[in-house]
Amino acid sequence: MDNIQYSAAVEYAAASGTLSSIWLLFAIPLASAAVLFLLGRRADKWGHLLGVASVVATFVLGLVYFFQLKGLSGNRSAEVDLFSFMPVGSLKVDFGLLLDPLSAVFVLLITGVGSLIHIYAVGYMAHDPGRRRFFAFFNLFIAAMLLLVLGNNYVMLYFGWEGVGLASYLLISFFFDKPSAATAGKKAFLMNRVGDAGFAIAMFLMFAQLGSVNYDDVFNGVNQLTQGTVLVMGLLLLLGACGKSGQFPLQAWLPDAMEGPTPVSALIHAATMVTAGVYLIARSNAVFSANATLQTVVVSIGALTLLIGCVIGCAKDDIKRVLAYSTVSQIGYMFLGVGLGGAAYALAIIHLLAHGFFKAGMFLGAGSVMHGMQDQVDIRRFGGLWKYMKITWITFGLGYVAIIGLPPLSGFFTKDPIILAAFNRPGWTGWLFGGAALLGAGLTAFYMTRLFVLTFHGPKRWTDGQHPHESPAVMTVPLVLLAVGSVASGFLMSTSVVDWLTPVLGKHAEEHGRLGHWTVTGMTMAVVALGLAAGVLLFRKGTALEEQPAGPVVTAARNNLYADTFNELVFELPGRYLTRALVFLDNRGIDGVVNGLAAMVGGGSGRLRRAQTGYVRSYALSMLGGALLVVAALMAVTLG
Amino acid sequence: MSKFPFLTLLVTLPLLGALILAFFPRSAGELAKRFALVWTLVVFALTVGAWLAFKAGGDRFQLKDDYPWIPQWGVRFTFEVDGIALVMVALIGLLVPLIVVASWKTVEALDGNRSVPAYFALLLALQGMMIGVFAASDVLLFYVFFEAMLVPMYFLIGSYGSHQRRQYAAVKFFLYSLVGGLFMLAAVIGLWVLGGNTFDWHTLVEAEFTTWAERWMFLGFFVAFAIKAPFFPFHTWLPDAGSAAPAPAAALLVAVMDKVGTFGILRYCLSLFPNASKYFAPLAIALALVGIIYGALLAVGQNDLKRLVSYTSIAHFGFIGIGIFAFTTQAGSGAVLYMLNHGLATGLLFLVVGFLVARRGSASIKDFGGAGKLVPWLSGVFFIAGMASLALPGTSPFVSEFLVLLGVFAVNKTVAVIATLGIVLAAAYVLWMYQRTMQGTLNPALNEVPAMKKDLSVRELAVVAPLIGLILFLGFYPKPVLDVINPAVQATFTQDLGVSDPAPKSEAKK
Repeated sequence: MDNIQYSAAVEYAAASGTLSSIWLLFAIPLASAAVLFLLGRRADKWGHLLGVASVVATFVLGLVYFFQLKGLSGNRSAEVDLFSFMPVGSLKVDFGLLLDPLSAVFVLLITGVGSLIHIYAVGYMAHDPGRRRFFAFFNLFIAAMLLLVLGNNYVMLYFGWEGVGLASYLLISFFFDKPSAATAGKKAFLMNRVGDAGFAIAMFLMFAQLGSVNYDDVFNGVNQLTQGTVLVMGLLLLLGACGKSGQFPLQAWLPDAMEGPTPVSALIHAATMVTAGVYLIARSNAVFSANATLQTVVVSIGALTLLIGCVIGCAKDDIKRVLAYSTVSQIGYMFLGVGLGGAAYALAIIHLLAHGFFKAGMFLGAGSVMHGMQDQVDIRRFGGLWKYMKITWITFGLGYVAIIGLPPLSGFFTKDPIILAAFNRPGWTGWLFGGAALLGAGLTAFYMTRLFVLTFHGPKRWTDGQHPHESPAVMTVPLVLLAVGSVASGFLMSTSVVDWLTPVLGKHAEEHGRLGHWTVTGMTMAVVALGLAAGVLLFRKGTALEEQPAGPVVTAARNNLYADTFNELVFELPGRYLTRALVFLDNRGIDGVVNGLAAMVGGGSGRLRRAQTGYVRSYALSMLGGALLVVAALMAVTLG
Repeated sequence: MSKFPFLTLLVTLPLLGALILAFFPRSAGELAKRFALVWTLVVFALTVGAWLAFKAGGDRFQLKDDYPWIPQWGVRFTFEVDGIALVMVALIGLLVPLIVVASWKTVEALDGNRSVPAYFALLLALQGMMIGVFAASDVLLFYVFFEAMLVPMYFLIGSYGSHQRRQYAAVKFFLYSLVGGLFMLAAVIGLWVLGGNTFDWHTLVEAEFTTWAERWMFLGFFVAFAIKAPFFPFHTWLPDAGSAAPAPAAALLVAVMDKVGTFGILRYCLSLFPNASKYFAPLAIALALVGIIYGALLAVGQNDLKRLVSYTSIAHFGFIGIGIFAFTTQAGSGAVLYMLNHGLATGLLFLVVGFLVARRGSASIKDFGGAGKLVPWLSGVFFIAGMASLALPGTSPFVSEFLVLLGVFAVNKTVAVIATLGIVLAAAYVLWMYQRTMQGTLNPALNEVPAMKKDLSVRELAVVAPLIGLILFLGFYPKPVLDVINPAVQATFTQDLGVSDPAPKSEAKK
């Protein structure tokens, strides 16, 4: 039942042989990005080729390292300390890397799916004058993501973490002359920074409590901490994870991230960025498993977010936004998995890998549809496209079947076990979370069917002048490969990857809970069939071309359940007024007071005297305000 | 050890250069620029020499030069540096040549008939005096440089400033600093009287004072430094001075001159008045903490690029302040590293803003918008400067901000947590500034300005490239600088102040 992880000490073996060069993994894409930036327009002709080559090379290298790691007997890990990064007093932070079973599968996912997305982007961005810049950002993204998963301490993780935030900002606001794109990028960065602040404080807490931010020291030290400390540390890490993975309450940036070119959505939403939060929790499993309350919070956030994603996904008409909310929802399943702990850690990771295939495939498929439909994104304006883009249709269809979890495609092998594990959580909460996960499966089947039917089937509802066509091979070949992954990965991974991850995530006995495996599978298949049937029946004849009046639930869902409105009212608006008030006070008040004093002390400079006449009341006000600020800060200081 | 008088030369050479430039005729502007560039490059080479001659991990104070001055009062010309001062001297040595190049066209662009040689003479004079402030280890000598460096900056703002309020800003700058200086003068005299009729720093560190005498003298120094740094609520001169000064001078003002305040707190307040420092630490931390949030919020609300950058500096000085007064090794080393990194990052930001303002003829954010399409390289450099300013990992300010917060958290969680909010606000002001100037639809007015279509010139590239290179290098490998800083900070905290780092909680329990 319980995790054996923290009874046995975590120990990493020093890298030897080929494995001591794992730094190449992030150095290659980083170097490629640097070349693309520095050469500027001179690299426009061939920049995209370099970009693709660097990621493909990294993938090949990743495979080599993977097999090296597999060949190790005993402790399968390779740790390299490149140089001393921040040595101050008792703080020792190295620029250190770690390749172990967990980081190895992430490396393969990031570089493998990343390579396919890069290749696809060569075709997708062919006519964009900023293609070289695009590939520079893409490479930077891959480099940051690889550093994130390869670090051997939390500072390295954070380094890559914020690097990913930067690259996503650059990519989301790639069309920066479009105000909505610029705003979406800023929103993503800011909401991520809120999470990052939590993550940063978690590291300060680690250092204050354990004197180290290295994985092994922290994981081995967890049992010396009080339950309260573990809870706080975990919640802070969770805040960071929610920011990066677009989980409640920091989910609002993720759908807006669709402002970037479509390959960006595939990269951010499938293979990389949003999975970082899941990685953080899985990596810190020693912390999260050590406190039951903490696990309940993670599970609750996962369950809540998966439903939020489903509900909004049902109401959206923009093909990319439906997929975006579907990502929010699928990551919710992964959070549910890592929150349940025990054997479910590994389930979350295999769902993450399978999701990497089918979601990347569908995003790129959506891009292929847009490519053939003059960048139309409104699913009400598609219909009957199966005839015109057969490869896109079939590959998207396979991704669709995979995500709703029909056997024998990947989602069936990866999502169902999470639902089962949720039901088998002890106590009444098992019913609650299992029920939420089950409901989510039905809703997923419904909205994905709606998306699929409205796009590829039913009557044509195109705008004038559309001549849909299949995309070139450079785009369809990645689609085919990703579809193969969507089909096969679940079956292939369901036991092998779980075993592979055991050294990191712990060995767990087969659990026998309240519901049997076949019962849950039967229930899931039933709700999925229900959702699927409802979707087909409602939308096989198309849909209205304009937004129809709707009840409060649908209206709320169309408005993203008012998350943006909430943020605006609670943070943005008060912030704006506070800032304005402070600017006023600073110019008139505090400045005035000190000017007055300065004038007196300085012997009465006429100029300053003149400047300060007539604002006596605002001086008084701001003196009061300033004094209050200092007193409040003093109280904060004495809190310790 | 070489007995080469690095510090003496570093102080006197720039002053000599300034003197020579003062005799240049007004018409010899071009020659004056070239002279100033060569001269400051020589000074830079000397700082490199001093850096190499300094043994990290050796004696706390090195490169000592000592000459008698006024024997009756026990005043001497004593120059020596510890790791902290060395880093600041190196920063000056590096920045001033870049600022000379950045000023190449600034002076001519100003209206009226202002002397180019005099501008560069003032820059060089300022350089010599600033190096003097950091290198002095005689308290009176320090005070003299501290006050004297106001004069060249006053003229740089008042005579070469860029807008109508430059006179107002210059006078304000001067008066604020002067008032602070008077407080300090009183404390300096007090020190001489109570400390055994000497101004020698080393002797005074050993001296014992009564509780109240120590507290009053601490306050005298602290007020001067808090105005100079500046800390809330003494900050209002900075946005005026920063926006009125020509951008290169403003860069020098915030990047180096303001650091005299935080340097002074470390070297004088903490070391000479350890008990008073501990007594007043909560107040100092409170002021710094207010500064972090207040400065950031005000930066968000600014509509003028130069004022905005000035307010971001107030927030950054808050970080340095909490780092110093937390009295832990990590926070202290972080604060000193922050002084360097802020100099690089905000120096870069101010210089780039200067390029933009020079093109547009306005610092008002409203006059920009969508400029990224017109000047992609300039906008890229602006973005990098912004990222450094919000302390993104990979840029050097991340290391210092992280160390400060981590070190503060170990002794005061509440303060560290509130200060960490500052990193979210930093993202807000940087990204919003960038969005309003570079992104979005192109402001049609920009098309009317021919200069806005010229991207970064080779000269401008030469100014920013070394700074960007250093910011990235130290972002990945700060160890060479930390090795120089750590012993000095440790000595300040353990020897002078008598505090040691708290042990990790889990070890303390055992």
